[in-house]
Amino acid sequence: MLLSEMKEKQTATVVRVGGIGALRRRILEMGILKGTRIQVEKYAPLKDPVELIVKGYHVSLRVEEAAQITVENVK
Amino acid sequence: MIQKRLSIALAGNPNSGKTTIFNNITGTRQKVGNWPGVTVEKKEGNINKSGYDLKIIDLPGTYSLTPFSIEEIVARNFILDERPDVVIDIIDASNLERSLYLATQLREIDCKVLFALNMADVARTRGIKIDDKKLSELLAVPVVFTIGNKNKGINTLLKQAIELAESDYVIPEKRKVKYSKDIEDSISKIEHFIGNHAADSIPYNIRWTAIKLLEDDKIVKERVLEKTGKIGEDILREIHNQRNFLVDRFDDDPEIIMTDERYGFIAGIIMEVLTTSTKQRVDISRNVDLVLTNRFIGFPIFIFFIWAMFQLTFSLGAYPMDWISSGINLFSTLLAHVLPDNIFKDFLINGVIAGVGSVMIFLPNILILFFCIALFEDTGYMSRAAFLMDKIMHLIGLHGKSFIPMLMGFGCNVPAIMASRTLESEKDRTLTILITPFMSCSARLPVYIILAGAFFGAKAGTVIFGIYLLGIILSIITGRLFRSTLLRGDDAPFVMELPPYRIPMIKSLLIHMWDRSKLFLKKMGGYILAGSVVVWTLTAFPHNISYSKNYDLEIEQVKTYFQTEIEAAQESDKALLAQKLDVAVAELLTEKKAEKAEKSFMGRIGKVVAPIFSPIGIDWRGSVALLTGFVAKEIVVSTMGILYAADERENSEALKNALLSSGMTPIAALAMMVFVLLYMPCIATLAAIRRETASLKWMIFSISYSTLLAWGMAFLVYQGGTMIGV
Ligand SMILES: Nc1nc2c(ncn2[C@@H]2O[C@H](COP(=O)(O)OP(=O)(O)OP(=O)(O)O)[C@@H](O)[C@H]2O)c(=O)[nH]1
Ligand SMILES: [Mg+2]
Repeated sequence: MLLSEMKEKQTATVVRVGGIGALRRRILEMGILKGTRIQVEKYAPLKDPVELIVKGYHVSLRVEEAAQITVENVK
Repeated sequence: MIQKRLSIALAGNPNSGKTTIFNNITGTRQKVGNWPGVTVEKKEGNINKSGYDLKIIDLPGTYSLTPFSIEEIVARNFILDERPDVVIDIIDASNLERSLYLATQLREIDCKVLFALNMADVARTRGIKIDDKKLSELLAVPVVFTIGNKNKGINTLLKQAIELAESDYVIPEKRKVKYSKDIEDSISKIEHFIGNHAADSIPYNIRWTAIKLLEDDKIVKERVLEKTGKIGEDILREIHNQRNFLVDRFDDDPEIIMTDERYGFIAGIIMEVLTTSTKQRVDISRNVDLVLTNRFIGFPIFIFFIWAMFQLTFSLGAYPMDWISSGINLFSTLLAHVLPDNIFKDFLINGVIAGVGSVMIFLPNILILFFCIALFEDTGYMSRAAFLMDKIMHLIGLHGKSFIPMLMGFGCNVPAIMASRTLESEKDRTLTILITPFMSCSARLPVYIILAGAFFGAKAGTVIFGIYLLGIILSIITGRLFRSTLLRGDDAPFVMELPPYRIPMIKSLLIHMWDRSKLFLKKMGGYILAGSVVVWTLTAFPHNISYSKNYDLEIEQVKTYFQTEIEAAQESDKALLAQKLDVAVAELLTEKKAEKAEKSFMGRIGKVVAPIFSPIGIDWRGSVALLTGFVAKEIVVSTMGILYAADERENSEALKNALLSSGMTPIAALAMMVFVLLYMPCIATLAAIRRETASLKWMIFSISYSTLLAWGMAFLVYQGGTMIGV
């Protein structure tokens, strides 16, 4: 499943972070990497961007960027 | 005795409290705010402490030593190139795991690192416990707990930093990140290669250089080529081979694997030093945010906040404005009474007070506006505004983060343009810089208040709001236009940390206001004063003008005429006639003044430029005011103060009345406001544009584009308005 398909308040484990170049790198550096548990906190009123909780802090990503992240174990 | 100099750099993730601690140590007041990316350039401060002369450097925040945006490059380059004696890594203790990513990277360079576990209070309330001894032992670094905004632990921190600087400490290799075998092999191969061929010319730690090269770091690559010349190419070839080998082996880029492994190393540390109590707590910040960015009411609340900001600025600001205005009035009247009639009196009252005084009265409005913006920044709402607006900004080809400079632009365009440094993409930055000046800054406010107040009475508020709105709309259109022509390209990704809400510290807000007032008054005493003097001088000279008719003689004639009339008239008509006399004399005097003004140097300049402005309904005085306004937008008002209200007493009321009787129509006033909103930015803003885009071309472009747009829009407003007969 893709991160962008998750609903608010669901949690999941990251399987793979796709994408290219500097952005992918930055997402990883912010702690979103394979095996990390993440929670979708909410979507912005216009459904984009999405706010995540990772490693205890809040970060926002665009939905199209979230669509590069594969997750499993969605609860 | 000469004191020993030590340089101590404060580094760390964005929003971890570096500037707060910097201010505590040095006693300065650099800007602090609760959003990532407040500090965009390095700031230095000096203090003396236990016999040392310490140079403290506050750096912009960065998430890693592989920089993404300009301000991150600043931070990294400083640490690498200036080699501070000690780097204090300010870590947000409530966010330890991610913060350690930078920390582990810092320890790969050969510099002395010290950890400040800041925000210890936040960590505690979240039930996070950190075993500092263990952390210190595991990574072989000194660790100090601090609470930046309460000035706790700062002394210990400094003492430890000095101690560390004086020790001959080297980081034990085994306390550094160990990568997996294949990567370590590659690293040591590269290390050897460099060691054998170019050890002396590499300015950095060799292992670190090897790691960065393996990670394909552009800047390090360039540096190595620069320093080693021919051999550099061999080195890069070797790197290329190693990278290919690793890509083959892991099926992914080495830098990705290494990021992964660093976090693996960190996970091990976290397991040993961090315990979180499982007790459930209410996360107030999270609940607040659920409301403020709620699907249904998030936007209405946002719009309400912006509306409230302007509402407060205008309505609350009106009271102190009146007081200051009466104060200036009183002062001016007093001067008029005590000073003998001479040119100096004219200079003081009609030059200095008319000019500076007409702007001075807006201090309260401007302070309130800045106060509101500071509230956005200090509470953490700024990031949420970016979060809310990202989709809309995205539609016009911009970035949610671009909204932060735009919002700041309502205060002053200069820091707003600086704030665009946090944008990762060069094109986004340029675009944001070009549209920021359309955000109406506080300096333009006085012009609107005067003009709208004089011509639109009760509807002034709506008109001013409309002007602001026009600025926003035109910036959006401009953005869209440039994005699809001059600055084509995809917009950068939106990865942004959303910090928890914090209660702003009243003290720091007040200090901020105080600093703002000082800045404003300095501007008054500086170029507003200078501008007023110049404008007055040009208006007062030449002194001996050849008038088209002999006013003094005519006045005498009128007087004698009425005198005889009065004598001849009946008792009951005498008062009426006396009144008529006064009116006639006053009319002649006004006419004389007007002619004098027109024949002054200023009038001549005005006459030259007036043709440009007459299609937009602005007379020569307005034209001159607009010309002077490019120095600073407030000067538009002070010049109008001198040119229009040539009466004895100067205040906003007098200026308003003078404007009303000057023949200016409401639609012309509206055109003038539109022009002031849009036309070329003030000198300080232009300098900022030049500096931040590093190009004269963009600055000139900005001047031309905005001035042309201003003229065009004002033309539409004036001609259109006149046509439909408003
Ligand atoms: N609760 C708490 N808040 C703190 C502490 N230290 C700083 N803050 C707040 O954290 C926010 C960020 O502080 P800054 O000093 O601007 O952070 P910075 O690291 O300079 O941020 P950038 O310049 O954006 O990289 C401000 O709102 C501070 O008031 C602390 O120890 N505890
Ligand atoms: Mg800072």
